[in-house]
Amino acid sequence: MIEVHSISFRYHDDWVLRDVSFRVERGEFVGVIGPNGSGKTTLLKILYRLLSPQSGEIRFELVPLKKMDRADIAKKIAVVAQETHLLFPFSVLETVLTGRSPHLGSLMFESDKDLEMAKKAMEWTKMLPFSGRRMDELSGGERKRVFIARALAQEPEVILLDEPTANLDIHHQIDFLNLILTLNQERGLTIVMASHDMNTASDFCDRLILLQEGRVYKMGTPEEVITKENIEKVYGCEVEVDQNPFSGKPRINLLKKKTPLPSSP
Amino acid sequence: MKLITPQKVLTISILLGLLLILVLLISIAIGSVRVPPFRSIHILFQSILGLKGAGNETERTIVLSLRLPRAILAGVVGAGLSVAGATFQALLKNPLADPYILGVSSGAAVGTIIAILLGLSASSLGLPLASFLGALLTILVVFYFGRQDGRIHPNTLLLAGVIIGSFLSALIMFFISVSQKEELRTIIFWLMGDFSFANARSILIILPYILLGISLLLLRSRHLNLILSGEENAVQLGVEVEKLKLISYLCASLMTAASVSVCGLIGFVGLIIPHSVRLIFGPDHRLLIPSAALIGASFLIASDTFARTILAPTELPVGVITAAFGGPFFIYLLRTRKVIKTL
Repeated sequence: MIEVHSISFRYHDDWVLRDVSFRVERGEFVGVIGPNGSGKTTLLKILYRLLSPQSGEIRFELVPLKKMDRADIAKKIAVVAQETHLLFPFSVLETVLTGRSPHLGSLMFESDKDLEMAKKAMEWTKMLPFSGRRMDELSGGERKRVFIARALAQEPEVILLDEPTANLDIHHQIDFLNLILTLNQERGLTIVMASHDMNTASDFCDRLILLQEGRVYKMGTPEEVITKENIEKVYGCEVEVDQNPFSGKPRINLLKKKTPLPSSP
Repeated sequence: MKLITPQKVLTISILLGLLLILVLLISIAIGSVRVPPFRSIHILFQSILGLKGAGNETERTIVLSLRLPRAILAGVVGAGLSVAGATFQALLKNPLADPYILGVSSGAAVGTIIAILLGLSASSLGLPLASFLGALLTILVVFYFGRQDGRIHPNTLLLAGVIIGSFLSALIMFFISVSQKEELRTIIFWLMGDFSFANARSILIILPYILLGISLLLLRSRHLNLILSGEENAVQLGVEVEKLKLISYLCASLMTAASVSVCGLIGFVGLIIPHSVRLIFGPDHRLLIPSAALIGASFLIASDTFARTILAPTELPVGVITAAFGGPFFIYLLRTRKVIKTL
């Protein structure tokens, strides 16, 4: 569905992504993991053409992303970004309705059908009771759900998620990830999720892409990617990897170690 | 649930349109020379129908050639400045933005002052032309410096505009300090904003800019909402953000340039009208743009009517009235901070 052909990208002088290639198949749940600054967010931004790579090419269903209209991209690919500005205290319903924007073209107003779509999206994400609330009155977890609802209102084929569980407590984390999993398995939505949380990525994703300094270090199933060698090499710290007794997926355990302070003179 | 629907926008626009017509009629009915109010309106309606009957020749001249063009011009400028202000606030993501923030007005002022110093009289066509050229040049220079890597950066644009505006202000002060007493009066009056030279020609000069500007912005009003929650957000929803910013910048700047070139600097309209409208009708540009245009037009017609009647027969520059109303009002906004928080 998405083919990434050896893309390289730099903001200024330093290359942030180097010669990255991978494919995402329809219906897959792909996790992008890697240390801070390894290029995860940049990669997602390139996937919906917020940024354009200096070399290489991305194809969406065989069509080069470069050749696609902005609105057409937004009809296929929805994005839930890390944190969205709330310069405007729009209501929940208004925010979800903006997801209809790519389908409206030059129309100035949403139709009743758009309103129906938005309400359905809020129902799936259990946000319907909040529809009149203002965005700045919601908690972080509720806000994330609103943006998922907005993404669903776009009727996309792919949802890109950037650190969706950062800043959420475990209750909201698991709620959110289960919602994504349901959308993936029951609605057939393709998911690409950048995450710091390797254990949940291991549990939820079909396939993982491990980035190191802008290169793909390893790609494959969680079992292939999350190994002691790979993680220690990429993150540069000692870990132990065992199996999560509930999911059977690899689990990373951080090791406690005393670091001696430099002795005072 | 109060969503913005076409019906709602249309209803509010019609009501505000009626208010505008009412203000226009009042403005035509009163003035320093006493023409009975109902006779003034009678004269107006007869001339619309192509008849001549009511009033004598002097009264007809006062109503049709002095008060009417003046009120219409004030209305057109008020609409243009208000929409330009709302657009700059969205484009620059800055609640303090007004139509003059990017130096367009200072550029126009330099053009005008040069023309005045060259001996052009205040009523000639050369003056608005020189003013418009000055503004246009500033728009291009600010645009050139306000971009990075081929993109408009709101903050860079703002800095470029403010700095170029300051430089031009220095030029203005230099010109004022070397000008003669007679020219000085013309310059000062121009700087304070003045509708006394209004005529059919000045209306026809600026009307296309204002109408086209407001229409183009109105067509993109839904996308202006999206850009307010961040450019990335707008891109995610399929907006061609660079194109939108370019069109907004050009529309708002050209409307400002056209307004300034026919009537000088009229402050506060472009700042307080968009904010007041947000307070009343909310921040959605689909409603904000038409209501700001109509309320801005009414406000400036009313202000100008005050300006020419309050100390009659002396006329105050309209800028004095808008600032006198606008200043305290803006302090009030700063105190309550309601508006500042919503942008």
